[in-house]
Amino acid sequence: MLEQEIEISEIRLITDLIRQKYNYDFTNYAMSSFKRRVARVLEVYKMDSVATLIRRLDADAKFFKEFLTEITVNVTEMFRDPTCWIAIRDQIIPHILQNNNHFSIWHAGCSSGEEVYSMAILLEEMGILDNVRIVATDIDHVILDKAREARYHLKSMEVNKKNYTTFGGKFSLEKYYREENGKAVMDKSLVRNVEFKEQNLVTGTPFGKFDLILCRNVMIYFNQTLQNQVLKLFHESLFKYGYLVIGSKESLIWCELANKFIVVNNEDKIYKKIRD
Amino acid sequence: MAVVLEKNKYNLHNQYKAIVIGGSAGSFQVISKILQHLPEDFQIPIIMCLHRLKDVRNGFAEALNIKSSKIITEPEDKEHIRKGSIYLAPANYHLGIELGNTFTLSTEEMVNNSRPAIDITFTTASYVFRNKLIGILLSGANRDGGLGMKRISQRGGLTIVQEPKECLIDTMPNAAIELAPRIDYILTTEGIIDILLHLHKLYVAQV
Repeated sequence: MLEQEIEISEIRLITDLIRQKYNYDFTNYAMSSFKRRVARVLEVYKMDSVATLIRRLDADAKFFKEFLTEITVNVTEMFRDPTCWIAIRDQIIPHILQNNNHFSIWHAGCSSGEEVYSMAILLEEMGILDNVRIVATDIDHVILDKAREARYHLKSMEVNKKNYTTFGGKFSLEKYYREENGKAVMDKSLVRNVEFKEQNLVTGTPFGKFDLILCRNVMIYFNQTLQNQVLKLFHESLFKYGYLVIGSKESLIWCELANKFIVVNNEDKIYKKIRD
Repeated sequence: MAVVLEKNKYNLHNQYKAIVIGGSAGSFQVISKILQHLPEDFQIPIIMCLHRLKDVRNGFAEALNIKSSKIITEPEDKEHIRKGSIYLAPANYHLGIELGNTFTLSTEEMVNNSRPAIDITFTTASYVFRNKLIGILLSGANRDGGLGMKRISQRGGLTIVQEPKECLIDTMPNAAIELAPRIDYILTTEGIIDILLHLHKLYVAQV
């Protein structure tokens, strides 16, 4: 996907077409990674040029759905960055519980669901799973179906188990899934309070208020303009003194609304909304 | 006159905007030594992509900092590249450069079995800096960085690889030599330090 160099002008043709025809706006995605994703689509579908891709996108709505799945990055792990999950368990949630027995969480860009399951396991082990309402959203309905199914490659469970151990889980991760045809099938009762829902952060409007929003390694694919816009959406969707968790190497400091948040944990990029 | 000749030993100029360095197995000692010899006022930003353990976030930059007179940091997404700074690609993220001289991070699939992948850092840097980029590829056991060096060379940047005979594992420099249309210099660690010090003189002279 690095062999083929794609011009910015070609990227504009693609984003213009998609915006007009399908109402998805990729205009403000970060250019260098978006170029690689497009190059990857050309490679996967063995297309010889961007022109071919554009013709196909124009002619075939079903293909656009596949394109959407390929263009978004769906690399994730359970308990990725275990220190972040330790902080959520030992600092953030206890703080939220001081004021409310019941609270709500939004996983923005939940991908194939590993993070949602991590959270559900964390809450289950704290004995408060039924006190929490969770909404998990993603732009891509195909990946949402995967999240609902929650059947993961056994191979990927190795790193998940390692993370869970570092996190200091109470049991062994095997407690939460059974093996079936080379897949780890997660215990669905963990997500009984989770609503999986299609949502595009780019065009999305607030649909509820939350005490905690996780959006880790999603905004790195957006440019500064779009980051500002999405942060505004998160700001509106958080209760005052609610928390926002982003990826460990992301930062809010370049964003316009940065002054409405304080850093609670800089190592794991946990922010708290302090101003409406 | 003699001074001028000495300065131009490598046919360098002072218009370079960045240096990218890639390395894998066997490169730690080399990079450590290079950093140790860099003067504190070295101006060209250095961006390093070194293969590292995915699940160990801390310790690598710290280890490199021990002997370096300059501070090495892991950039955050959208951070501006600053003159005189040295950067290290963080664990489990690809590190790219975006037009406008900012960093861009990504958690995409591994490339050449690596995340961070040198090819991503090098190709994006060559796109942004064109012929004003220097690429240095060190010892390593896979072919990551070869394509990146090819791009840097195609866009007129300066390409340097560590002398394969000096490398602990020479797969990586050899991949670059094979793929890139032109490798400007094949140098030992001492040679790489020498060329950077020559470069430094050109930039200091400018001020």
